[in-house]
Amino acid sequence: MRLVLNQRTIDEFSWVDFIIGVLRVVIIALIIIGSWNTLASGRFTADQWISLVISGLAQGSIYALIALGYTLVYGILLMINFAHGEVFMSGAFTAVFLAEAFDRSGFLNGSPLLAVPLLILFAALVSMSVAILLERIAYRPLRNAPRLVPLITAIGASFFLQYTFRGLYGSGFKSYPTVDALRGSFTVGSVTIPISQMVVFAAALVLMLGLYWLVERTKLGKAMRAVSENKEVSALMGIDIDRIIVFTFAIGGALAGAAGVINGLYRPQGVNFFMGFVPGIKAFTAAVLGGIGNIPGAMLGGLFLGVIEAIGPNLVLAGLGIPGANQLKDVIAFTMLVLVLIFRPQGILGERLAEKKA
Amino acid sequence: MALLEVTNIHAYYGNIHALKGISLKVEEGEIVTLIGGNGAGKSTTLRSICGLMKPRQGSITLRGEDLMPYKANQLVSRGIAMVPEGRGVFAKLSVTENLELGAFHRSDTDGIVKDIDYAFTLFPRLGERRHQLAGTMSGGEQQMLAIARALMARPTVLLMDEPSMGLAPVLVETIFDTIGQVNKEGTTILLVEQNAHIALQVAHRGYVIQTGEIILSDTAQALRRDPTVQKAYLGID
Repeated sequence: MRLVLNQRTIDEFSWVDFIIGVLRVVIIALIIIGSWNTLASGRFTADQWISLVISGLAQGSIYALIALGYTLVYGILLMINFAHGEVFMSGAFTAVFLAEAFDRSGFLNGSPLLAVPLLILFAALVSMSVAILLERIAYRPLRNAPRLVPLITAIGASFFLQYTFRGLYGSGFKSYPTVDALRGSFTVGSVTIPISQMVVFAAALVLMLGLYWLVERTKLGKAMRAVSENKEVSALMGIDIDRIIVFTFAIGGALAGAAGVINGLYRPQGVNFFMGFVPGIKAFTAAVLGGIGNIPGAMLGGLFLGVIEAIGPNLVLAGLGIPGANQLKDVIAFTMLVLVLIFRPQGILGERLAEKKA
Repeated sequence: MALLEVTNIHAYYGNIHALKGISLKVEEGEIVTLIGGNGAGKSTTLRSICGLMKPRQGSITLRGEDLMPYKANQLVSRGIAMVPEGRGVFAKLSVTENLELGAFHRSDTDGIVKDIDYAFTLFPRLGERRHQLAGTMSGGEQQMLAIARALMARPTVLLMDEPSMGLAPVLVETIFDTIGQVNKEGTTILLVEQNAHIALQVAHRGYVIQTGEIILSDTAQALRRDPTVQKAYLGID
């Protein structure tokens, strides 16, 4: 038995496995050493760590909302909609004008409980429309094309949308007006939590619960799950596949648009035609992290990525003596993507792709 | 006029002429079987009737209404339901959810609930597993679910594509007993089978299809005694 085992190890030895194995050990060692150094030096108090985690959750819930759009579309079409970041941008960028108008008229700070949900709804509608048009014009004609074709089209559509919105609204930066009600913070025990972070997290949570209810409890959700499993049999049940696909894009788009305004409440600056790129890729990372095609996975992946981004630089990079660690959070995010792709390509909650047809 | 009439349909896969003028009729209350070897065009005929494939010529009518302009999902509410080849249950959905999807085109909530209860009396195994994911059930149970799910559409004609496929012989008999029972309760059935032996036992009439053409049609009893059928499909020399 042992002999056979040895034989197998020798047969299957390859340099790729070896390098990956070494990489694994090195990464784990670096994480442990970095964290140990940081914790031993006592650079941050426990309360500060908690605040970091909370801000990570707020940022992560925005990633999660966008990630859901990737995962929903992938679940049904097995396609990565790389223009999804631009769907997010279209809602966020368009709603900033309404937000400014609300601000000028005093409505925004007069009744924020009405104005903010209205803004979210408006952005959701804009992004939803863009997502529906995108499906109808760019993806549907390519439904039966090889999988690389819609992928390249998605990249083209992404540029198209960026420069269309640049043409519409100009290339300058705008920012969301601040909402007075979201200023300030409250204290739980000895931890200070900004109100804006709480609101962001709560709003995202409500939307995600809504989506979960839609998918698990409604007839439409049942049809979506059926179509993602088997399109032909779904048609035999009387389900109009095209309609379900449009709905899927619409829901993903609406969540992205809502995320656009929620993001603006938390982080008002930096609204322009290119603003969708980084959140789009981060959300894609989150979707892959959680297991692409898996709805709870996208939510979890988003939150996880947010938290890793918030504590990773301070915990690991700072401990390794890397200067300016906080500016390296994108490095952390994309290193996560690479690591997931190497060590667990199916993601945290994902199933192995081999099980899926196509 | 027969309930379901297929007249002279021609269907192609690319350049391959798969159906070369198939005509058949199904009368109200019958079980009609279409038997034939691998690649003879049995499944293609069913796929043409349920709208998954569009024949280039010919006509398909149900109670005189032309079915050709409709897509598969539009045919369900017009009375065509299908038990697909290989069962095609939704593995990640529960048994109850699968049944609910069978009634997707209906909006009579009370009727749906009643029909689900009826399905559970027809297939007690499904009732025991109503909350279980369909993918975790055995092949025979999945076949029962596929039949029950198609019945949820309250079809005028139920199409079945190889219900015996991949099942143990004991289970095949159970499934065919159920098919007989479903028919006695008033559902008209068009059944495609490679297992001619069992199909001709349950059916009233049968058609024999070979390389895209109907070569024989008669009552099931007569077909069982036909020397060609015995030799080619029943394995009797």
